[in-house]
Amino acid sequence: MNGRLRYATIGAALVLLATLPWWVGNSYYINIASQILLFAVFALALNVLVGYAGLVSLGHAGLFAIAGYTAALLLQAGYGHFAADTAAIVVTLAASAIFAVLALRSTGIGFLMITLALGQIVWGIAYRWASLTGGDNGVNVTTRPSPFGISLANAPSFYFASLVVFLLAFATMAVFVRSPFGASLRGTRDQARRMNALGYNVWLIRFVAIVFSGFWTGISGLLFIYYNQFVSPQVSALTASAEVLLMVISGGTATLLGPIAGAIIVVVMKNVVSAYVERWNLVLGLIFIVIITFMPDGLVPGTVRLCRWSWHVIRWNGKPAPAMEKHSPGAPP
Amino acid sequence: MSALAVTQLCKAFGGLRVTASVNLTVEAGERRLIIGPNGAGKTTLFNLITGEIAPDSGSIVLFDRDITRVASYRRPHLGMARTYQIITLFDKDTILRNVTLALLGLSSLRWSPFTDLDGQPQLIERAREALARVGLAHLAARPLSQTSYGERRRVEIAMALAQNPKVLLLDEPFAGLSIDERRDVRALLNAIPREVTIVMIEHNMDVALDWAERITLLHFGKVIVEGTRAEVVADPRTREVYLGH
Repeated sequence: MNGRLRYATIGAALVLLATLPWWVGNSYYINIASQILLFAVFALALNVLVGYAGLVSLGHAGLFAIAGYTAALLLQAGYGHFAADTAAIVVTLAASAIFAVLALRSTGIGFLMITLALGQIVWGIAYRWASLTGGDNGVNVTTRPSPFGISLANAPSFYFASLVVFLLAFATMAVFVRSPFGASLRGTRDQARRMNALGYNVWLIRFVAIVFSGFWTGISGLLFIYYNQFVSPQVSALTASAEVLLMVISGGTATLLGPIAGAIIVVVMKNVVSAYVERWNLVLGLIFIVIITFMPDGLVPGTVRLCRWSWHVIRWNGKPAPAMEKHSPGAPP
Repeated sequence: MSALAVTQLCKAFGGLRVTASVNLTVEAGERRLIIGPNGAGKTTLFNLITGEIAPDSGSIVLFDRDITRVASYRRPHLGMARTYQIITLFDKDTILRNVTLALLGLSSLRWSPFTDLDGQPQLIERAREALARVGLAHLAARPLSQTSYGERRRVEIAMALAQNPKVLLLDEPFAGLSIDERRDVRALLNAIPREVTIVMIEHNMDVALDWAERITLLHFGKVIVEGTRAEVVADPRTREVYLGH
């Protein structure tokens, strides 16, 4: 995509997102858009690990829940939103660091299993330590914050707050993946041994990546509890971790747009399609199978390749065509 | 002052002793060749020197500094670079990005999360210079996956040289190369200045013997012959375990 077209596309997307409450109108759909944005932040955070570090985590819902529970419990105890949210992020960062120290004893399937176990420990605490967490009953969050005096009580205002956070997360990720640290992280994914021999502290790079990912996971966890005004053990369940992992994989790992596309698919299926199809999980499963079968590297990279191929066919139809440009999976679309 | 001094280095994997009290002293600027049959422990010795494997006992000294317990990722910062027997590069990236990563490894910039790597003209320029040294400047923008085996060998050497090492460890740099490619890599090694001490493992005696000033013969993890080219070639033990009669 050339520069002018890229900027035009970004501009159009921003206008579309900024005017969404007006052209959607219905609060129900505005709320779905808010859900998409908060889960997109969660998926972007997980993508730092899955896509750029090559570390597949099945325990990220645990970090998501730690942020949610910390803020909800402090709010319930009478603390203000700023104090509760700041504490939630600090606790999530500390938990991410502990997750990292434990999980980085291994990579590959070992890393996956350790993160799964850590996520299950969080779920177990949330479910069983009822005197603190309320067990299955969860914790209610009675109010939403009012940043700069702007109430987030209604659907459009909460949507705009989610949009600001989402754009911040997206911009941060966009800069991050082009940065020297982003290149270092990708290097540890592709050739950890070589990176070590070139002078990189592979362990520390991965540790920082997990904490960075944990930070944005915590932010999305806060958005989630303010959106639902409730947090329960279900938030930290294995299915929640698997769901966000599916968002990343189906959309396309190591791309910026992939996790967003994945979040759109999952949230729309859960909220919209489930109203018409009782067994919507079956439809979601079929969609994933189709994506993985025909676009194994994900929806976004697959669609980009399909568009390039179509353009190539249209442009060179009937003429001897030069070889197609080879797709580079490392490059963000 | 020797560039590299390995003393009584031992390593065993379970009951298998792969390095048995190895002593090796390489003077600054020297060209040292390490030979030996398959399984002699040559690559293991390199892995011990670079810290990829921790020794059971013994010491490794780099320019009078004991680096035996120094983390492996710190050793490139002290002037040690290596290449691998099996090429390990970044296939998804361009040749230029591969060399840029080598330079970035020794720069504090590698921790920066909010600057644009492509917007670092000094780093990119130095990477281009390193590629020019190995004759690959014209292929800088080419993805590594679209290069030949010989070109990849040269990229590996460019990455090592880009780090301005004091000691360069080359693990079979001629392996798998055609005659023309071997000639090119040989010319490349000859052009490396004397400030860089080179230790090379190689099986290809046609190119390696002429290049070496001193040779060490390893067998079953032990140094069994060491000396000048003429001394080692003339030694009957060399013929017995390696060159043949």
